[in-house]
Amino acid sequence: MSLAVKAVGIRKSFGSHEVLKGLDLDVSHGEVLCILGPSGSGKSTFLRCINHLETPNGGYVWVDGAIMGYDYARGTLQELPVKRLRAQQSQLGMVFQHFNLFAHRTVLGNVIEGPMVVRGLKRSEAEARAMDLLEQVGMAGKAQSYPSQLSGGQKQRVAIARALAMQPRVMLFDEPTSALDPELVGEVLEVMRTLARGGTTMIVVTHEIGFAREVADRVVVMIDGEIREIGAPGDVLSNPSDPRVRSFLSRVLA
Amino acid sequence: MQQSFSKTLATLSPADLPGRDVTVRRLRHPGRWISGGIVLLLLAVIVRAFAVGQIQWTVVGRFLTAEVIIVGFGWTLLISACALALGVALGFAFGIMRLSENPILRFAAWLYVWVFRGTPVLLQLLIWFNIALVFPRLYIPGLVDARMVDVVTPFVAAVLGLGVNEGSYLTEVVRGGIGAVDRGQKEAAHTLGMTPGQTMRRIILPQTLRLILPVLGNSAIGMLKFSSLAATIAMGEMLNAAQRIYFINGAVIELLFVCAVWYLLGTTVLSIGQYYLERHFGRDASAAPAGRGWFAGWSRRPAAPEEA
Repeated sequence: MSLAVKAVGIRKSFGSHEVLKGLDLDVSHGEVLCILGPSGSGKSTFLRCINHLETPNGGYVWVDGAIMGYDYARGTLQELPVKRLRAQQSQLGMVFQHFNLFAHRTVLGNVIEGPMVVRGLKRSEAEARAMDLLEQVGMAGKAQSYPSQLSGGQKQRVAIARALAMQPRVMLFDEPTSALDPELVGEVLEVMRTLARGGTTMIVVTHEIGFAREVADRVVVMIDGEIREIGAPGDVLSNPSDPRVRSFLSRVLA
Repeated sequence: MQQSFSKTLATLSPADLPGRDVTVRRLRHPGRWISGGIVLLLLAVIVRAFAVGQIQWTVVGRFLTAEVIIVGFGWTLLISACALALGVALGFAFGIMRLSENPILRFAAWLYVWVFRGTPVLLQLLIWFNIALVFPRLYIPGLVDARMVDVVTPFVAAVLGLGVNEGSYLTEVVRGGIGAVDRGQKEAAHTLGMTPGQTMRRIILPQTLRLILPVLGNSAIGMLKFSSLAATIAMGEMLNAAQRIYFINGAVIELLFVCAVWYLLGTTVLSIGQYYLERHFGRDASAAPAGRGWFAGWSRRPAAPEEA
């Protein structure tokens, strides 16, 4: 399978605290990759470095033919002006732990915002496509509601539709179910399962071991800003070679 | 007390308990009746004092609709509206600058607030009014070339003085409002590919506006009152008109009361407008004011001390 994302030597520090210590990762087209790890291990930061919500202090991310945030010419990386960076970022769909739906827009308004403002679609066209997507995530009936009127699970399904509306090449999920009440987790995971079956390339930071085991093609375990284990979910989750990964898994699987 | 209470409990056996439809007598609050009565009495004393005092109420009534006063009130409204518009525009411009990545822009905005919030608005009015002493001519190549006294009329000085001063307060309000919009809103806009300008215009500012709407309402009410300061720079607004009348006929208090009536009318209308504006913009947020009419406001207990 051809490569979709290639992260090379990603380093990130906040002050003197080094959160990411030079990570490499390849993700293929159509692959579903789950990133697991204890809190504070840098999983979310790594995901946010992939779409340049955080600028890495070292290394770079290649996505489908271009390096994020840079122009590569004559052996140097030239930082891109913000407008071109945003154009690149719009190729990556992002789903946040806390949904981040636009509070002053309706559900439909949230989904058409990107296509209209960034892609320049006409309202009628954007709305038609948005309604299709809302249908897919089971939220078409709430198109005229405001985010404050929705449950967490409903908000997250709208957030997924909003990200999909940009027709991204890769979908990034940052702990999409961590802020949800337990009974609402299932509906969001179901939408993600459908996406995965449809061949969407997905990188998912999650605590849902069950989801990772069932849906992921490969699983990554991060500890202290490093990738300690990577492989098929069966291998990584059942008999990890790294002792710290083993202790982490024994704690979450218990 | 404690003892007798537990004693009562102890002597009541389950067999003596009353039925479901037992009468409940509510606790009386005689203290509330007494304090309310005292306040009503004081109010009555004040009202009577003014009723029998040396005020010719007929003169108040006569000048209430005098043409000079009405025209003056028209100027009051015009000055307030223009100054508020200028203040809001400056407040947003400098408020956004305060949060700029560029330290020089941040400094300029800080300087603006420091100067104009740090000096009395009356002083600023007088300086704008006398600005021709510093710059006798206003000369912008290709645009304006005129004597300053012709450009900065009392009206212009009043609008500039009040508006620039208000802008310095609103700068801080806007900065706080932008800061109060959740950071995730900006991140979500960025991941959709929206530029910083688009994010500010379409995502951040609409939500900021909603957050600072109560403050803007207070600004409008304050501005209506502060416009009376323009009377000192020979601007013919309502207070100035009243002063010109009572210098001639000596009915000082009567004309000041006429002004008070009009100001109260204006601020009341603005309060009503503020209430409905906030309710309209709060339709999708949980921060909407309670769903009663504006007029119920006097009987509401304050939830929290209001931001000045």
